[in-house]
Amino acid sequence: MKYTPTVGEILQAKGVSRRGFLKYCATTASLLALPPSMIPRIAAAIENARRPSVIWLSFQECTGCTESLTRSASPTVEGLIFDAISLDYHHTLQAAAGDQAEAARHAAMEENDGAYLVLVDGSIPMGNPGFSTIAGISNVDMLLDTVKGAAAVVAIGSCAAFGGLPGANPNPTGAVGVQDLVKDKPVVNVPGCPPIPTVMTAVLAQFLTFGTIPDLDKHGRPLAYFGNTIHDRCYRRPFYEQGKFAESFDDEGAKAGWCLYKLGCKGPTTYNACATVKWNQGTSFPIESGHPCLGCSEPKFWDKGGFYQPLSTGHFGSGATVAGAAVAGVALGVAAATAGKRRQDKYTKEA
Amino acid sequence: MTALRDIEVQVQAMHGNVQPILNEVLHALDRLIDNDEATTIDLASLPFAPGELEALEASLASGEVSAQLDALGTSNIRETLYPGVWWIEHRNVYDEVVGRYLEITRMPEILSSQTADIRAGRARLGEQFE
Repeated sequence: MKYTPTVGEILQAKGVSRRGFLKYCATTASLLALPPSMIPRIAAAIENARRPSVIWLSFQECTGCTESLTRSASPTVEGLIFDAISLDYHHTLQAAAGDQAEAARHAAMEENDGAYLVLVDGSIPMGNPGFSTIAGISNVDMLLDTVKGAAAVVAIGSCAAFGGLPGANPNPTGAVGVQDLVKDKPVVNVPGCPPIPTVMTAVLAQFLTFGTIPDLDKHGRPLAYFGNTIHDRCYRRPFYEQGKFAESFDDEGAKAGWCLYKLGCKGPTTYNACATVKWNQGTSFPIESGHPCLGCSEPKFWDKGGFYQPLSTGHFGSGATVAGAAVAGVALGVAAATAGKRRQDKYTKEA
Repeated sequence: MTALRDIEVQVQAMHGNVQPILNEVLHALDRLIDNDEATTIDLASLPFAPGELEALEASLASGEVSAQLDALGTSNIRETLYPGVWWIEHRNVYDEVVGRYLEITRMPEILSSQTADIRAGRARLGEQFE
């Protein structure tokens, strides 16, 4: 078996000083949503961690997830995490093609049997194997073959996690997510359309650092990032509780930065970290830019009614009802959000 | 055509997120004084409204000490107007902020010369003279 260097050795070879390493560990702790008091433990674990092999499979997808990760001008400190993994197979990023690429995948699987990570973006079509193939291999066959020797599987993006856009009603390809097919390996879902790059990096950092996968919620999402709703952590929430809402995208409420609930914000039923981690190197997130949350990290978000319909309107109420519920404050607001969630679930079951 | 910068956007800066952090700093200072216990607050994990981070920074202002670290990009380490409260900002080589912390301590650990670096430096110096 070939020698795999420790991360400490990799960083040392790059001339990274101990201070630089401490900075790296501080950023990693932040990535993992761990308290800064954990930095010494992270430092010790990372120094001795071995470089893991990663196989990235792309199925029915738009490459937005890879774009999110690679076009995010990944900070060098985070980038080091990628230097510290061995990305042995990725359709879009690798130079090899055809048989050579498939040979690289098989070599990585053999050399790292039982220890490699499989990352998947895109859904898997079950309607007809010919809907999506790579090197003549159907997506489902490639997935099941590749995960056989994997330590864990990470479903990147809402398509790989839940079926996503290809799985939207009427789901012409019979698209499913990874967790629908892989039952005998740990599966971590990192949904989003696309997911926040930091969250993708964090899952890799946790595996690299501690050799484990993060604690997950009922949808298989890392609790550290999907433990709160967007609404829970939204800086505009005080306006929700005061009953101050934007009624249209150009009214005084919108200009004053009031709550976007009545413009269809799905923040109350959407679990994700956009409100704290933010996008574009922490610049902002959609609500901060004046647009409601679309709920893209929730299962079947395409089929949950209109993006600009308030959660408690549509088939289950009127605009006036929403206004009443929301203006009445937190208790009624939560009730409205719960009703909205029930409505979403109903839509999902119907889809 | 109107440029983005020409569109008037009204930002209400204070949503009440600054005061709790200042209270946390106050309690951390008590722990530092009473038990010599250091505290780090990761500002990246907190929800800030536009303008609130700047308001927090302005509240703490600058004190007597500031230092710049050049490792994997620049880091600015500055003691605030309140001794023992340090504002630390890590940037990458593209000058993007990758971490922002408040450390309530006598001196941030990252400013101390690290044993591994001292050993490596001693070896380099030795090569010149031995």
